[in-house]
Amino acid sequence: MARDAVTKIKAQATDVREKILKGKSPSMRFPLRALSNVKYDPKQGYFEMRGKKKERTLTVSTVKTFAQTLRMMALSKQLVEQDDIATKREAYYVSKNWEEARFLEQTESDAVMEDVEALFETNREQLGFVPEEKGGEVAGRLVIIDKDPNTGKKLRIDCTKFGSGAYSIPITVEHLAFETPARFILAIETAGMFQRLVKHGYYKSANCVLVSMGGVPTRACRRFIRRLADFKKIPVYVFVDGDPYGISNIYRTLKVGSGNAAHLNEYFCVPQARFLGITPQDIVDYKLPTHPLKEVDIKRARDAIKNDPFFQHHKPWVKAMNHLLEMGVRAEQQALAKHGLNYVLEKYLPQKLRHTERFLP
Amino acid sequence: MSKRAPAGKIQKGKRPGRGKAAGRAASKATVAHQKRSAKVVQMDLFKAGVVLGSEDEPAKPTNAEGPAAQGSLELAEPPPGSSRQGRRGHPVPRRRESAESMASRQREISVSEFFTKNRHLLGFDNPVKALLTATKEAVDNSLDACEEAGILPSLEIAVQEIEENRFRLTVTDNGPGIVKQQIPKIFGKLLYGSKFHALRQSRGQQGIGISAAGMYSQLTTGKPVEIISRTGRSKPAHRYEITIDTAKNMPHVVSESVVEWEQEHGTRVSMELEGLYKKGRRSLDDYVSHSALSNLHAEFLYRTPKGEEFKYERLANELPKEPISIKPHPHGVELGILMRMMKESRSRGLAGALQADFSRVSAKVAEEICSAAGLPPGAKPKNLKPAEIERLFKAIPKVKIMSPPTNCLSPIGSELIENGLRKMVQADFYSSVTRSPAVYRGNPFQIEVGLAYGGDLPADELADLWRFANRVPLQYQQSGCAMTRSAISTDWRKYGLQQARGALPTGPVVLAVHIASVWVPFTSESKEAVAAYPEIIKEIRLGLQDCGRRLGAFLSRRRRMADAEKKKSYIERYIPHIGIALREILGFSAKDEEKVVSTLKDTLERSRRI
Repeated sequence: MARDAVTKIKAQATDVREKILKGKSPSMRFPLRALSNVKYDPKQGYFEMRGKKKERTLTVSTVKTFAQTLRMMALSKQLVEQDDIATKREAYYVSKNWEEARFLEQTESDAVMEDVEALFETNREQLGFVPEEKGGEVAGRLVIIDKDPNTGKKLRIDCTKFGSGAYSIPITVEHLAFETPARFILAIETAGMFQRLVKHGYYKSANCVLVSMGGVPTRACRRFIRRLADFKKIPVYVFVDGDPYGISNIYRTLKVGSGNAAHLNEYFCVPQARFLGITPQDIVDYKLPTHPLKEVDIKRARDAIKNDPFFQHHKPWVKAMNHLLEMGVRAEQQALAKHGLNYVLEKYLPQKLRHTERFLP
Repeated sequence: MSKRAPAGKIQKGKRPGRGKAAGRAASKATVAHQKRSAKVVQMDLFKAGVVLGSEDEPAKPTNAEGPAAQGSLELAEPPPGSSRQGRRGHPVPRRRESAESMASRQREISVSEFFTKNRHLLGFDNPVKALLTATKEAVDNSLDACEEAGILPSLEIAVQEIEENRFRLTVTDNGPGIVKQQIPKIFGKLLYGSKFHALRQSRGQQGIGISAAGMYSQLTTGKPVEIISRTGRSKPAHRYEITIDTAKNMPHVVSESVVEWEQEHGTRVSMELEGLYKKGRRSLDDYVSHSALSNLHAEFLYRTPKGEEFKYERLANELPKEPISIKPHPHGVELGILMRMMKESRSRGLAGALQADFSRVSAKVAEEICSAAGLPPGAKPKNLKPAEIERLFKAIPKVKIMSPPTNCLSPIGSELIENGLRKMVQADFYSSVTRSPAVYRGNPFQIEVGLAYGGDLPADELADLWRFANRVPLQYQQSGCAMTRSAISTDWRKYGLQQARGALPTGPVVLAVHIASVWVPFTSESKEAVAAYPEIIKEIRLGLQDCGRRLGAFLSRRRRMADAEKKKSYIERYIPHIGIALREILGFSAKDEEKVVSTLKDTLERSRRI
């Protein structure tokens, strides 16, 4: 896989060099990274790229980005060949040695990195780049089999034995193996809700694995849930805030991937995920305390209905989004505390889990 | 036409300002009062045989005749102020007067006496302006004298501060000099002669001339005006000290002598006066430098009260084309003038008078006017009744008459304006245009515009607008001037400048606008702003747009070049990194890397040029 990346980099560089020596302006073809370039097929279960590409020709105005892209490719080749890694932030600092071609902000280097990733239709880990962010946390009836990074010895990690803490999902999860009797995976938006469920041993009573996503799930977190669910053939239920961000950004990204790195969605998606709550209907049924939708919430919801192939495909979602817009309010997971702090694990979750067929797709 | 033309010629007087200038200082009631007073004085003068030079606005005898008696009354007893003002500010009679008691106090007012009481009408309303106006009058006279004698003018202007707020102004020229007998009259008598029927482009639209300045000097310091003049190498130089008898409007010679003078010919005027010297916009310094710009055939040496010395060299070694006198065009004539012209006509018949006294009136046109007015072409002009003249006046616009001749104008010339700007301001771009002559209300006029951009000019201030009328810089009342209105209503953003709504453009810009006309229509007698006739506004705007377009082209060219420069440096800067990256990935030699870099540079350089 890694060798493959080096081959691709070399091929691209050779092409550029030959064009230059022929007296032509070299160009590279990048896939268009936007929602408009993805399609959703529920049989596949994730956002697929439509294949629209953007040709970036070397001209006077693109010469800087072009040079930076090539230098980023050179860095990647070096990392892969030396079996090393660099975080996005480290790559940004490496560029500081490139004199005029250095990046001024990390957002610039991140963008170029994502370009390179898309150019080779691979993921950044295979190019030697790793993200900074934490992958998410896990607790519950699960044993993870990993290996010691130094000795290579097998390690058995029991996710019930972290006390009040939790297992932290590593940046790469491809090598992990699992042992579990759990019946389902519950992916939770906030660390606060995750802690409440862990503290009261909810995974024992419900016989499940709890995953804290901490906002929009990272690629590693998505991949971890996917591998675990595939391996044990168990369902995944998602429990997030009842607002457009929780639904459109967190849930949709977990289930079908993102428009930005669409070439990777095949691996980084969880098509079997189902939406447990908080649904717009829950706000009514459970008489939850609410806050009014903010300007950005409204825009996000309308955008989802209008432009997002996933929501467009699922009529119940369009209905739910419209319902939310009509009410003009949002409700957080913690809003259930109105009925008592442990109402969520004593009443809400059990009631919902009795009717999983009612979960939104 | 100068007051100091060679002896024997009829002199043209300059008449006092009237009306609006007064309004700025006084209350409404007082303004009304002064307006009427001024009119009365004109009438009195007229009757007394002192012919008013009416270069800019005709006297209106018909209107003035009525209020004349009343006006005299008011003059005879100046308003004591509020006691005579009614609730609405109108004067209310204090007690009933009989015609006889009024008549006992009615008397002729000397022009000089009137001027001493109304000095603000002449441009001496505040100390800063007084110093400027006095200089202006002296400089105008000198330039006119030199030009009429066919001499390239060399002027020396010296302003010394004698004590606080008191200055000695000395203006020396290399003109033809003045014959001995004329010296006292020219400097000591106001409104000396007139030339009325001919219209001619001249500076003499600035006020009442050097004698008014002398009078102001006398009024504020009590000192006489000193004149030295010499008419040729073989002639002696005469030195006079003159005061004005304000009651009689007669010169009074204080001393008279023959002196040694190093100049072969020329005149020096020197006077002491109260004033204030300031720097900055609209200052005396600005006036002198702007005069140098509009009189590029002259050289100026200017010594300021601060001891600085500015020398403005001559840029043109030829005198400007001499302006030609033309007769008034029927379309520009006013009823009052028409009445006077008929009264004074030497022709025996009306048709003949029209032909002889107006330009562009052929026998056929004269006939048409007569028939449109229902008057016999043979009617005696002198015997026409006011009602008949009014009919004649109303008939004129109905007849199609050819535009007046425009060869009577003497513009500065676009090339000279540009050269002048180059000399005066350090800028990156200069442009100028001389429009073709045009006509407003029967008067030919011509607009010239100069523009300088960039360089040392202040970048974040409003553009500096320099206004000129018949080569004379206009310093005051900028906002009320047609030139300002035209400049504001021009869309400068189209030409790459910033411009706030209703304002001049912002940026390092100098705009110079010149109007040359046989009759510049000023908004008021203070002659500081040009009236906004649509034809004039349009011509100025076309001139400004012409310069603006060229500025726009210059700015976009400069921007393109800066872009190209930036792109070139971009290529130089980033292409080596493409070489480095390719070499790191593909592992080729330093020589290969160099080849990649140089080939790519060539390719991009070539594409850039297309």
